[in-house]
Amino acid sequence: MTNAKPTTPEAVNQQAAKEAARRRRRSRTALRRWRPKLLLGAYLLFVLLPIYWLLNMSFQSNSEILGQFSFVPQDITLEHYMKIFTDSSWYMGYVNSLIYVLINMLISILVALPAAYAFSRFQFIGDKHLFFWLLTNLMAPPAVFLLPYFQLYYTVGLFDTHVAVALAHCLFNIPLAVWILEGFMSSVPKEIDETAFIDGYSFPRFFVKIFIPMIRSGIGVTLFFLFMFSWVELLLARTLTSTGAQPIASVMTRTSTASGVDWGTLAAAGVLTILPGIFVVYFVRNHIAKGFALGRT
Amino acid sequence: MSLILEDVDLQVGREMHIDRASLELAPGSFNVLLGRTLAGKTTLMRLMAGLEMPTRGRIVMNGHDVTRLSVRQRNVSMVYQQFINYPGMTLYENIASPLRLAKVDQEEIDRRVHETAEMLHIEHLLERYPLELSGGQQQRTAMGRALVKDADVILFDEPLVNLDYKLREELREELRTLFAERHCIAVYATTEPSEALSLGGHTAVLHQGQVLQYGPTEEVYRWPNSTRAAEMFSEPPMNFLDGEITDSSVIIGERYRLPDNAGFLHLPPGSYRFGIRASHISLIPNDDRDIAMDVRVDLAEISGSETFLHVHDQQSDMTVHLAGIHEFEVDDEVTLYFPVHKVYAFDAQGSVAHVPAYLGES
Repeated sequence: MTNAKPTTPEAVNQQAAKEAARRRRRSRTALRRWRPKLLLGAYLLFVLLPIYWLLNMSFQSNSEILGQFSFVPQDITLEHYMKIFTDSSWYMGYVNSLIYVLINMLISILVALPAAYAFSRFQFIGDKHLFFWLLTNLMAPPAVFLLPYFQLYYTVGLFDTHVAVALAHCLFNIPLAVWILEGFMSSVPKEIDETAFIDGYSFPRFFVKIFIPMIRSGIGVTLFFLFMFSWVELLLARTLTSTGAQPIASVMTRTSTASGVDWGTLAAAGVLTILPGIFVVYFVRNHIAKGFALGRT
Repeated sequence: MSLILEDVDLQVGREMHIDRASLELAPGSFNVLLGRTLAGKTTLMRLMAGLEMPTRGRIVMNGHDVTRLSVRQRNVSMVYQQFINYPGMTLYENIASPLRLAKVDQEEIDRRVHETAEMLHIEHLLERYPLELSGGQQQRTAMGRALVKDADVILFDEPLVNLDYKLREELREELRTLFAERHCIAVYATTEPSEALSLGGHTAVLHQGQVLQYGPTEEVYRWPNSTRAAEMFSEPPMNFLDGEITDSSVIIGERYRLPDNAGFLHLPPGSYRFGIRASHISLIPNDDRDIAMDVRVDLAEISGSETFLHVHDQQSDMTVHLAGIHEFEVDDEVTLYFPVHKVYAFDAQGSVAHVPAYLGES
């Protein structure tokens, strides 16, 4: 209908007006088409640019960082990384962090596996309340527990040890692990357990040989979350240590010296702190969504 | 090897899941537990296996009291309705696992696994993993694991329900031949009376946690001891009509008068419930003495080459099982005939009072 050529003057005018309106409408949709790109641009600018800037700075000399504004390092230097890897007060920060994170992961998973099994398989008085209460442990900020933990650990001589931080982090990591693992375990039918017992498996043997392999992706995801939460937690880790088990995040605050802030080293330390997370995420990338759903699909 | 349950109760909270169940399973027998869902079939099996401990009562296996013994101390095996296998192990390892745990030497394991796999026609799949296989093959694996060890009791909890019709028939037949030469007690739970009949052996009819009747399958079918047992053990359920027996006459449903020589007059006079199997009612009289009923059609269900006709008269609803395909409209008037010599009579308490004589047919 619109394709037909207009024959009368009025029809010509009408069609011209319609064309104009359509062109106006199309210019509006052009804006609409650009909107996602603008939003994405804003996201990149405000969220991802600082991370790039961190990387950028870590390869620049301190004079370049302070002297000029450059998007790419003018002459790439690895001096900051060299400093971190050669100065024991720097790299011990990473070692300390890794030690208490690993101890914490070990304790948490060993405690959470049987606990989650109990929650998923047995009914006992108050099981639902206990299960919920576990989650509430995750809700309070760690700062709340700072003082009692400090006092207790200081008294029993755990202050400034890796175990102290690892134990303190169990506060929120064990409930988290129980929650995630319980979901994964409940998706394994109970009949598997029974069949194993009928076949003659003892409980420990069944648990290790049959059950754990069946939920190994769940365990992987749990370990990732344990690592992540323990790795980024700063407050407890810093308060419970002084020099012997100082975490990297705490070491980083030392860079402001009398001669000014050592920006480059700080940036390099930041980059090295992000790396382990990226490394760990890579291994669980396929299961992580299920982990966020606490194993319930 | 015998298995005896003596007055076994299982109470969970306030509910009786199993109510005074007594059973005596003979060595080498094939037993069917028949009942609807929630009748307690699975629970009874779990009690036999030791997965559940009875609240009261005793379980005696081979002369030993095993009531408080756990699963691992009883020599049983079980096949579930779901296909339960160890997903991380090959079929070979799945079937071999009970033997490995029993510390059987490798040569013997090899021999028995292959023998069992051959029986179940999964020999070519031994290197595969359970989840790569079809449902039927997975269930065969589970059966293999149950059969490979010389269990005293093998429990099958509706093992064929999740399989398609054809496969079910096939496996059921194999199962019977598998057990023909074994000396263990087999217990098989099912909801379908027809499955119980085709499996043969002995049948226990379960209802609401109680064992209503136990005996050779055919006997239980022919001589149900109560209205309940009769109802459970016929598909569609037996039709019941209230009636009266007096000194001189038998009247069913106030209208149908049975001839004097139908064999009911020896019963004491009173109210009775008369039971007629759905398959005994027909569209044409087979005998001069057959009783005619005028009924109206509610629904004609055609299933395969059979027709289930749901009808009602003034007093009661009935279901008729007809061979062949018959089409009826709703509200059609039909005359049906039932033979007087195939009528059951139950007394007011529901116990059987009269069982028709059978002449080699069912």
